[in-house]
Amino acid sequence: MTEHFTDGNPIMATKISPLPAKALQTEARFIETEPYYEAAGNEIALFEAAYASQLPVLLKGPTGCGKTRFIEHMAWRLKRPLITVSCHDDLTAADLVGRYLITGNETVWVDGPLAHAVRSGAICYLDEVVEARRDTTVVIHPLADDRRMLPMEKHGELLQAPPEFLLAMSYNPGYQSVLKELKHSTRQRFVAIEFQYPASALEEKIIRTETGADSATAAALVRLAQMTRNLKGSGLDEGASTRLLVHAAKLIARGITPAAACHGAIAEALSDDPEMLQAIDEFASSVF
Amino acid sequence: MTALPLTARLLREKLDYLLGPVLSSRRTAATLAEQMATLDRSQQDLVLHWVEVIAHSNYEMAYQFVAAAPVALKKLDTGAAEAWIIRAMDVYDREGLHRGSEVFRTIDAHPPSAADHAAATFEENAQVLALFACGLSGRRLQLDVSDEPHTDTETLYLPPRTAVFDNAAANFNLYKVLITLLWAQGRFGTFHVDVVAACANYADPQRAAALLSHFENLRLESRIGSTLPGIARDLARLRGNHDDPRLITLQSPDAVVQDSLALLADHYDTFELPVLPYRIALRPEAAATRAARMQRERSELAEALAQMLPEQPDDRKPEAAAADRIDIRAGLSAATGNMDIEVRIDGTSVSPPAAITQLIESIAQDAGEIPDDYLQAIDQRSNHQSGDETGPADGGDISPDEKGVSHLYDEWDYKRRHYRRDWCVLRELDVTAANDDFVAETLARYRPQVAQLKRTFEMLRDEDRLLKRQATGDDIDFDALVAGYADLESGMELPDRLLIRRHKAERDLAALFMVDMSGSTKGWINDAEREALVMLCEALEVLGDRYAIYGFSGLTRQRCEIFRIKRFDEPYSEDVKQRIAGITPQDYTRMGAAIRHLTKLLNNVDARTRLLISLSDGKPDDYSDHYRGEYGIEDTRQALIEAHRTGIKPFCITIDHEARDYLPHLYGPVNWTLVDNVERLPLKVADIYRRLTA
Ligand SMILES: Nc1ncnc2c1ncn2[C@@H]1O[C@H](COP(=O)(O)OP(=O)(O)OP(=O)(O)O)[C@@H](O)[C@H]1O
Ligand SMILES: [Mg+2]
Repeated sequence: MTEHFTDGNPIMATKISPLPAKALQTEARFIETEPYYEAAGNEIALFEAAYASQLPVLLKGPTGCGKTRFIEHMAWRLKRPLITVSCHDDLTAADLVGRYLITGNETVWVDGPLAHAVRSGAICYLDEVVEARRDTTVVIHPLADDRRMLPMEKHGELLQAPPEFLLAMSYNPGYQSVLKELKHSTRQRFVAIEFQYPASALEEKIIRTETGADSATAAALVRLAQMTRNLKGSGLDEGASTRLLVHAAKLIARGITPAAACHGAIAEALSDDPEMLQAIDEFASSVF
Repeated sequence: MTALPLTARLLREKLDYLLGPVLSSRRTAATLAEQMATLDRSQQDLVLHWVEVIAHSNYEMAYQFVAAAPVALKKLDTGAAEAWIIRAMDVYDREGLHRGSEVFRTIDAHPPSAADHAAATFEENAQVLALFACGLSGRRLQLDVSDEPHTDTETLYLPPRTAVFDNAAANFNLYKVLITLLWAQGRFGTFHVDVVAACANYADPQRAAALLSHFENLRLESRIGSTLPGIARDLARLRGNHDDPRLITLQSPDAVVQDSLALLADHYDTFELPVLPYRIALRPEAAATRAARMQRERSELAEALAQMLPEQPDDRKPEAAAADRIDIRAGLSAATGNMDIEVRIDGTSVSPPAAITQLIESIAQDAGEIPDDYLQAIDQRSNHQSGDETGPADGGDISPDEKGVSHLYDEWDYKRRHYRRDWCVLRELDVTAANDDFVAETLARYRPQVAQLKRTFEMLRDEDRLLKRQATGDDIDFDALVAGYADLESGMELPDRLLIRRHKAERDLAALFMVDMSGSTKGWINDAEREALVMLCEALEVLGDRYAIYGFSGLTRQRCEIFRIKRFDEPYSEDVKQRIAGITPQDYTRMGAAIRHLTKLLNNVDARTRLLISLSDGKPDDYSDHYRGEYGIEDTRQALIEAHRTGIKPFCITIDHEARDYLPHLYGPVNWTLVDNVERLPLKVADIYRRLTA
């Protein structure tokens, strides 16, 4: 919290040594150890079949239900590097494809993440693709149909994707803005895999494995999540996701009381409405 | 200075006047006045004030009040006394004179406690409690108040206030516990037998019912324990944590209501009922409601399953009955408390749509399973035809010029799977403007919220877009410059588009609001709708989106009506304001024709995004001509599909708690939203619009 930088603050006197933060880049990244992923249905087989048939994949589902984890797991399984691009509303086609830069006296072409992925036969994952600018479809479309080509107009090059390359994107259909719907011409190019929150037993297992929580805690958290999911459409846009349960379980593992952990990690993450917050707190005190 | 008490004589005069209609030569106000004379003046004034108020509703209630007041006021402070009066009137409104006056007469049965200052009331906690009930699994439940906690299996009735404990949190908690127990009665099969009838065989049916209710609470407490241990702990604490060895069988996870009945038979004579801070009544309504629902859901399920059944594979004998092709298992899992449901058709497991799963869950909650005869019902379905009226509409009995130009619209008949041509006659009418201060008053009442709303909408409007690579602009686009410089180096020309321009995002959007003006909106829903429109207009004026508002209603296919409130090309003028104020509930909701007409109007507007937003309070419905139910829903759905095909985005804002059952079918899973609390509608509608178009 930067507001605390005041003159003469004794804390400032001590030298702050930099922590070895890992620099994460949009470089292709090989995933070396198996990311933990618990399959809910046939999604692994479906993804593998789509990959083998060189068909792009669309992961649909609410937030925090394991889409990112799944794609990491599949990249590991298929032994392909993974490039993830988080889309935002200023992301343009050039950001994906690449642009010229000047170094010294030379102009150098620098590949964008999508071009990089095509060249290196990686899996390119466009997270929350509806957020990107509309002109990105210009480059996504030819790559996502049977041409599998990436036009790089500026560079005067047309990249043909190798069989190893895969385009994947994620999409949360719960979006309410009509201006941000995925166009049919885009979505119909993809094999869609639908994600839901896992069934209770599976979700409990995920919480236990991710956090080391005991089974009573995991079961209580899953029941709490179900209660909030019953409120979807009646005051909540989304119920608690698996991610929030994992967060709460981690706090509990550190000695925070279940009530406080659920309030901080779940209730406050779901709503600002005081009555809704109270209701979720009541759920928590009922299941623990 | 405290005023002197009024004398008995003066009081008698006043009471004679106030209670006249229920007094007679044998029933005079003399004793009442004498007792009242013993009160101090402020108490007397309180009584006189309330007698008058209560007499407005019912003289006998007022009489009973005066009779009980002197004793009661010796025990109650003013706040508690008023709470007691309001509770009695509430019971009177709901359950009539007998029960209402009982509250006055039995003041000693519910001794008000010292905890009155810490009381929790239903009213102030209604929203949280409703959310809590909604979070519990299974059939959706409504909440309401009643003097005695009980349930009819669809609504949970809770006391208007709880004042058992000396702290507010504990009193609130009692509500939570009651909701859970009442929910558990429906969830864990208390009404699988007619409990009231079972108690009627005992010498004192009331005692039997009280015992049975107590035994059931113990059984339910242990059922709840595995999934809601926090509540089970509360329950144990409330009853003093002591386990009666005679009732140990009720703690088994397999215990059912029959076990409680068996214990009742064994211990009816000897069991001493403990004094608990709550008592749950078992009322005959539960059995009746359940029976009616079971019958209804039985045919609904048959209908739904029949539609799910695919054509029979050729290799089967043609006479294979539906009942033999479908297999449904449904039962509560003790571990998770969830209903496990499995549906198999021709041997393979299928996952039915959510509405059917809910239906199955509700049936299994009532019957414990899906009984075999429910599947047989598929084959026994009567093929009733919807042979109501015949022939296309001819304009009806009202001549077109009498009430505006009439338009003819097709209607979709889902049974025949084709349109009935020119079936509905629709007229566009004007809302009669109301010459009152409704709009000004609304704006005054919500002044801070309107200001807030405008600010958020301003933010939406001012959301700038940075346009890069522009020939003109207010800042250098460094990306473009660098790229351009690179072009230059490689022998090309320096491009001229090197600037950034701020651009107000063009919201190329037109929204048409269609407002439910059916009779069911009468009263506060209508008020909330009108207030919502006022707030919406204020917000939309800030935003500058094009919008129109129309109301709809109808009475049979010959008289579908669309009411103009604001046309697209009309400014938000005084006239519009008066028309909003003048929106009054009309007849029914034949929605299909309304949607078809408004689709046409909306498509005349040239905009990139066209929104059709309906504000409704329930299912499509019409008077007596088969529009009710599936026919109306399917026609509405078809009209929405037609609208969608022309590029319109339909969206629905509803206050119908049952919306979940049909709106996903009409609008898709995400294109609707439920505003739970009508009071919030005025604030919500604009907010929903903002998010929808952000
Ligand atoms: N099937 C699963 N197997 C293992 N972990 C899971 C699974 N589903 C969810 N998780 C847990 O939930 C967390 C959130 O999942 P993830 O980040 O993949 O969500 P997401 O679907 O990508 O959400 P968003 O749409 O918000 O990006 C993970 O970090 C993991 O702890
Ligand atoms: Mg993700």
